[in-house]
Amino acid sequence: MPDGGEFAGGDRVSDTRDGAPEEAVDGESADAEGETDPAADGGHDPSPSTHTVRLELVDEPGQLLAALQPIANNGGNLLSIYHERGNKTPRGRIPVEVDFEATTERFEGIVDALRAEGITVMQAGTERYAEEITLVLFGHLIDTDLSDTLSRIEASASASVADVSLAAPQGTEEVSSARLRLEARSGETAEAIAAVREIADEKELRVVAPLAGVEA
Amino acid sequence: MRLAVVGAGAVGRSVVELAGEHGHEVVAVADSSSAVVADSSGSVDAEAVVTRKAERGIVGDADPADALAADYDVLVEATPTTLGDAEPGFSHVRTALERDRHVVLANKGPVAERYGDVQALAADSAGDVRFEATVGGAIPAVSTVEDIEPGHVTAVRGVLNGTANFILTRMAAEGLDYDHVLSEAQDLGVAEADPSFDVDGTDAALKCVILANVLSFGGADDPADAREFSLADASVEGIRDVPGSVLRLAAEDGRTVRLIGEATGETVRVAPRLVHENGTLAVSGTQNIVQIETTHAGRLNISGRGAGGPETASAILGDVGRLR
Repeated sequence: MPDGGEFAGGDRVSDTRDGAPEEAVDGESADAEGETDPAADGGHDPSPSTHTVRLELVDEPGQLLAALQPIANNGGNLLSIYHERGNKTPRGRIPVEVDFEATTERFEGIVDALRAEGITVMQAGTERYAEEITLVLFGHLIDTDLSDTLSRIEASASASVADVSLAAPQGTEEVSSARLRLEARSGETAEAIAAVREIADEKELRVVAPLAGVEA
Repeated sequence: MRLAVVGAGAVGRSVVELAGEHGHEVVAVADSSSAVVADSSGSVDAEAVVTRKAERGIVGDADPADALAADYDVLVEATPTTLGDAEPGFSHVRTALERDRHVVLANKGPVAERYGDVQALAADSAGDVRFEATVGGAIPAVSTVEDIEPGHVTAVRGVLNGTANFILTRMAAEGLDYDHVLSEAQDLGVAEADPSFDVDGTDAALKCVILANVLSFGGADDPADAREFSLADASVEGIRDVPGSVLRLAAEDGRTVRLIGEATGETVRVAPRLVHENGTLAVSGTQNIVQIETTHAGRLNISGRGAGGPETASAILGDVGRLR
């Protein structure tokens, strides 16, 4: 307990001796940034620490409950919920910040469970999946190896592919379309779209991109 | 104001018909092969001009050059848009400015392809050049940007081609393919027999190029430092190849596709883009919308009719009013 507060600034004060300093972070003093330390310290520590996730919820009844269930169901102990109603994201959604206690291992499971439920996780610990991008590709998607296209988008550093819907109404040898949902790191949507465009250009596919940063 | 109207298509004819309502008189009208010039004190008979054009394909018995030489205050240039050297529209602009007369353009060519030349001629003339009607028909896009001041506008984007928007709207609503909807649009007179200018994005790109020039020249301390844009500087993708399945996939996700043009002081881009189905930019049918991104005044949206004779004439006559 005493070690955290003594150091000016208080951030990253895990240069302490006992190897388990993270319990000192009691959700009040250093909760904003302290949650990365357990992993850095080895990750096999079974004792729970405080984590913060930032979520983006659709403004509909029941969404908050749906977002909290994966946390509770996967061994997270809810501490606080900051529901920023009225403060909407550029996409018109509601940002919600949830603090909970969990072991590092369970924390990862919780983030996976949230995303599996289709909830947008903008920030988990220091890892940011802030931006969701939906775009449509069209052209000879099958002939140009859609699976390779997707793997290469994945391989580009800025984005990961969260969802794909394919429409090939005229069969696989004609022009088809695919809607992709990408998750990009915060502030990197333009890079992510540029990366997709580059791969598409090479394969003579067309990209129908969203208007970046515009609630259109 | 005494107006000379060059170009007797739908827009030119509407200017001739509506000028009186706005307190102006038309002293000369020309099309590509003929002209009519009023007596020194009178104005031309609007009805007679329109009838003659409809019945005989000419506006009068004089030579087109006579209209350019007439005693007018404002030359309304409403001949068809041409690319490259923007002729003969550019020469009409030059003639009027060299005579220290004002010019109001509906023809996009001179301000899209030779903006710097036009501004240089205007700088040496007692006449001004205005061109509201070149962007978004009845929508006051250029004057709104001017009112806010180009230096305080970061971007202008929008749906600037009614034909392309009509086609995308119908494709989405009816689940039809491009070719099918295009023939329907041609039957309705919404699309021309050769729709390339509209569906390939050229028309929208010219409008965005004009806006980019307004932002660039208006935002520069010295016009000599301003970057000049022409069509060649625009990145342009049209809607011709967009399959119906793209619109279906977009609709499944609450989105749709619109041909969006974007201009900043640095870039011009026209391409089909995903927008929210009920979002501001998802205007329907032949409607246009202009969205202006400002530094201090937030985002402004102006939607309305982006084409049509009386609509465009209304923008022209608005420009004439600003010259007073």
